[in-house]
Amino acid sequence: MPYDQEQDLSNLVEDDRVHKACYADEQVYEQELKNIFYKSWIYIGHVSQVPNAGDYWTTWIGKERMIFCRDDNGEVHVLYNRCPHHGALICNNHTGNSGNKHAFRCPYHAWQFNMDGSLRNLPMKDGYEGIIDLKDPQLQMKRAERQGNYRGFVFASLSEEGPDLETWLGAGGKSAFDDICNRSPEGECEIVANCFRIIQHSNWKTFLENQLDAVHPSITHHSTGDAASQMQKIYKEETGDEPPMGYQFLADFALPYEVWDSLDTIGHPYGHTQLAGYMGLRPRDPVTMAHEEALTAAYGEDRMEEILSTNIHHVLVYPCLSVQPPLQQLRAVRPLAANKTLTEIWHFKLKGAPEGVYDRSLAYYYLVNSPSTMVNADDLNNFRAVQDGLSLRGGGDWVSLHRNAGQDTVKDGVTTSVTGMSEQPMRNMFAAWKEYMRGGA
Amino acid sequence: MQKDNAMSTSVDVQQAVEHFLYKQAEILDERAWDSWLELFTKDGKYWMPTHPEQITGEGLPNIFYEDLYLMDMRIRRVEHPYAHSQKAGHRTSHVVSNIIIKSESKATGDIVCTSRFQMVEYRLEAQRYFAGKYTHTLKKTDDSYRILLQRVDIVNVEGPFDYVMQVWL
Repeated sequence: MPYDQEQDLSNLVEDDRVHKACYADEQVYEQELKNIFYKSWIYIGHVSQVPNAGDYWTTWIGKERMIFCRDDNGEVHVLYNRCPHHGALICNNHTGNSGNKHAFRCPYHAWQFNMDGSLRNLPMKDGYEGIIDLKDPQLQMKRAERQGNYRGFVFASLSEEGPDLETWLGAGGKSAFDDICNRSPEGECEIVANCFRIIQHSNWKTFLENQLDAVHPSITHHSTGDAASQMQKIYKEETGDEPPMGYQFLADFALPYEVWDSLDTIGHPYGHTQLAGYMGLRPRDPVTMAHEEALTAAYGEDRMEEILSTNIHHVLVYPCLSVQPPLQQLRAVRPLAANKTLTEIWHFKLKGAPEGVYDRSLAYYYLVNSPSTMVNADDLNNFRAVQDGLSLRGGGDWVSLHRNAGQDTVKDGVTTSVTGMSEQPMRNMFAAWKEYMRGGA
Repeated sequence: MQKDNAMSTSVDVQQAVEHFLYKQAEILDERAWDSWLELFTKDGKYWMPTHPEQITGEGLPNIFYEDLYLMDMRIRRVEHPYAHSQKAGHRTSHVVSNIIIKSESKATGDIVCTSRFQMVEYRLEAQRYFAGKYTHTLKKTDDSYRILLQRVDIVNVEGPFDYVMQVWL
């Protein structure tokens, strides 16, 4: 069946296959912006990113350019990055502080705005007298239609309507942030500025799907897994010491299929999806023992056990986030075109936890997520190859998601895969996609 | 390290340092990895910080921060037959210039020098450009130098990065 623009876009998704237009067609992408990105909740940033009044970061919701900032009262805001006068971008840097007055100043005609978007001052005020009230909302920087905060993680929605943030996150989405924050003896995490930003020449969905694709690692990352295992031996021989944990992080990418097979993937409503943990992040080393001690002191032994045995490697908060809670990192997905996606990669410290816990997160952040990554280099290459292939006119129209289709267990809207290598995560995300594209969710 | 007036550095030392940096650029472009590792002291490090004001690589995010073991791993990985993103036809060309000796220890002959580089990379039928500043801390050896620390400040340090960097710049 060739793709026909007139048809209902939800027809592009079947139970076990999806049409290539979902990834490669600009009109489908534009419709995704309207139905998904301008409607659902999108991750903006963490409150600790803007610690002081006047601090700001800029980011994206679909093609919309947004400002995340903090005012004099300590409140955080999400604003459209647009001057209400002649429409110029107000913040032209990625991040900064708005200065002594804690006010944005448009570089074009010097209109000034408070951090909540209200108009503070402007030149030639007389020219507005009797014409428009300077308190009129159309002369203010527009705020995101809705804003929500779950445990310090701030989201915005560009739609007045829809479920509230916590309902939308549900148990699946919340688990991402609960699992990070609970690992802190103070129940909070703190962002480590700055983020790494990488451009992917591929559709946003390709990245999310890859995160929970347990078949690809031992193939795609074979070279890095091999090299890391070799270095573990050499390191031990030459130094007599155990190699740093980072080598094991990379060696794990070449784990045999049997290990991936044994993991669960769990599909939640709204497309949020989890992959169970595999990395053995609880060795009997001094760092882990100190972490256990700190959590026991804060919460008691039973709760400490409960927290540290939470076994999640990855949570996808659909459509905007990939979170790795035990490794204290997340990647925010910013779709800039059907074939172009920006990822913002952040990592966190656990407040009150021993420093060594952060060192693990840092090692993973460096080896897997930095711009010199020996892991994502191969993913990015695959993503580009997929995008180029799906953009071809010929050669077939469909993407296969058949692996273990129909074998998942479904209970109370939650789907559990029969094997970690099932394509259930992709099917779960596309079920949500279909619902959004029909105008629902 | 003793801080000396750069003007007192001899022409011979200036030339020896320049020669060393040219040789390093050539090794990178020729992908002569065994020679690359030999450029560093046993405890030598290659470091690309995440912003120009960063003063240490320890305990902080970095773009590159590698000792000889991590460098060895990177070589094994890029040369691995299954490193599909690193297939043949990946070439670079470096130019190093503006080499300024910041200090020379009269006692040991150790050097701190800065220089500027430009690099063109060809990969998958497209070219990319990188540029920035090297700061080398060099240990004097009998016949040349070895790198104790190479700091690399690229001009586009904040990104976003279009694709990633797989070998050292």
